[in-house]
Amino acid sequence: MQLGILFEQVPDGDGPWWQSLASGLEWTLIVAAFAWILAFVVGSVIGVARTTERAWMMRVASAYVNLFRNIPLIVQFFLWFFVVPGVIPPVKRWVVSVDPLTYQLITSVVCLGLFTAARIAEQVRAGIQSLSRGQRNAGYALGLSQVQTYRYVLLPMAYRIIIPPLTSELMNLIKNTAVAYSIGLTELFFRTREMGEMTFRYFEAFGAATVIYAVIAFASNRVMAILERRVSVPGYIGSHK
Amino acid sequence: MITDLDFGEISRTLPYVAMGLQYTVQITVVAAIGGTIFGTLLAMARLSSMKPLALAASGYVNLMRSIPLLLVIFWFYFLVPVIIQSITGSDRPPQIGAERSAYITFIMFEAAYFCEIMRAGIQSIPKGQSGAAFALGLGYWPAMQLVILPQAFRNMLPVLLTQTIILFQDVSLVSLLNVTDFVGAATKVAQRDGRVVEMYLFVAVVYLVLCSLLSYGVKRLQAKIAIIR
Repeated sequence: MQLGILFEQVPDGDGPWWQSLASGLEWTLIVAAFAWILAFVVGSVIGVARTTERAWMMRVASAYVNLFRNIPLIVQFFLWFFVVPGVIPPVKRWVVSVDPLTYQLITSVVCLGLFTAARIAEQVRAGIQSLSRGQRNAGYALGLSQVQTYRYVLLPMAYRIIIPPLTSELMNLIKNTAVAYSIGLTELFFRTREMGEMTFRYFEAFGAATVIYAVIAFASNRVMAILERRVSVPGYIGSHK
Repeated sequence: MITDLDFGEISRTLPYVAMGLQYTVQITVVAAIGGTIFGTLLAMARLSSMKPLALAASGYVNLMRSIPLLLVIFWFYFLVPVIIQSITGSDRPPQIGAERSAYITFIMFEAAYFCEIMRAGIQSIPKGQSGAAFALGLGYWPAMQLVILPQAFRNMLPVLLTQTIILFQDVSLVSLLNVTDFVGAATKVAQRDGRVVEMYLFVAVVYLVLCSLLSYGVKRLQAKIAIIR
C-alpha cells in the first residue's frame, strides 16, 4: 500500500484523489440525509396504518411493505431511473429538461427513501404493537381522538423504544447509497471505483473507502447510542434512569 | 400512455435470462450453506472464552457489517486471485473471473450475518442445557454438536431463511461486475435490444413473486416449528 496516491492529482480533475473521495462522501451523506427524512415520514405513516383498525389501510400498508421488500434495491433503482420515465411521458419530458445530476440525485433519494421506508414501517409497527393495550385505551378514555392518541401517547413511546433497530436501518441506508453507483451518481463508491480504474491502485482506493465507511458506521452508531440514552423511557430494561 | 412496448421481448430472451436466474439461485444456495457453516464457526469463536479468538471473530463480523456489500464484492474480486496466488505460490495471480469469485464473496459476507443470527440462537439456549451436556461427560465439540447447535438451528431457522431471501436479492449486485446473473442477463439483452422498460419490469415482477412466495413459506414454517413453551 502506498497512500501517497491519495495526494496525487486526478488526471482530468482539479485536485488530489483524496478530494475526489471527499466530494463523493459529501454526495453519499447528502443523499442519505434526504432519503432518511423521506423514509422516516413515509415509514411512520405506513407503520401507523398497519396498526389501525381499518382493513383497507392495513391492506394498502402491508402491500407497500411487501412490494418494497421483495424487489432487490438495484432493480428498484432501475425501475425509478429507466422504467418510470419510460412509461410516464410527463416524467420523461421533465427528465430531458433537467440536469442529469439533478435527476440522479432525485432518483437516489426517492428510491432509497421509499425502500428504507418499508423497513422503518415494520419497526414503527413493532414499536406500537409492543405497547400494552392500556396505553391506547387510556388515550381514548382521556377523550383524545385516534389521531391525538397516536400523536401524544403511542408514537412518542414507540419511537423511543425502536431507536436500536432504527440505528441499524440508518447504517443500512448509508451503506445502500453505494448502489446509487449503478445509475452513475458520483457518490463515494463511484469515486473509489474511478480512482481504482484510473490509477490501478485498487487496494489503496478500496482501503480508503473501507476506512471511511467503517468510520461513518461507527460514528452513526455512537450518535444513536447517545440519543438512545437521552430519550430512554424510565422503567424499561435498558433505561439508565 | 406509451404504446410501443413489446413484451414479446421477454419470451424471446427467456432462455438466456433463465440461465442468469439459475446462476443467481446457485450462488444463493452455495452461499447460504457455506455461510451457515462458516457463520456458525464464527459465532462459536465470538462466544469462545479464548479472548484473541473472540476478538478476531468479532472484528471480522463488525468490519463486514459496516461496509457496503458492493464494496465487499469488489474487494473480493481483486483479493481472491492474489490470495490464491500466495497460497499456491505461482508466479501470476490466476484468472478467476467475477462469476467464480462471487461464490467466495457471498460465503464470506453472509457468514458475518449468519454469525450474528447463530450467536443469538446459541445465547437463547438456557444454561442448563450446556450444564447438563457437560455433566453427562460430553466435551465442548460433542456438546455443541449434539445438544446446543441442533436447538439453536431450530430456533433460528426462520431467521436464517429470511436472511437467505435477502441474500437471494443481494446477489443482484454482482451484475455491476458484468456478471450474468438474473439482473445482469436482463441488463445485457435490455441494452442490446433497447427494451429496458420491459426487461426491468419483468425482473421486478419475478423477484416480487418469488420472494413473496418464499417469505410466505417461511411464515408458514415458523408457525409449524414454533416450540410451545
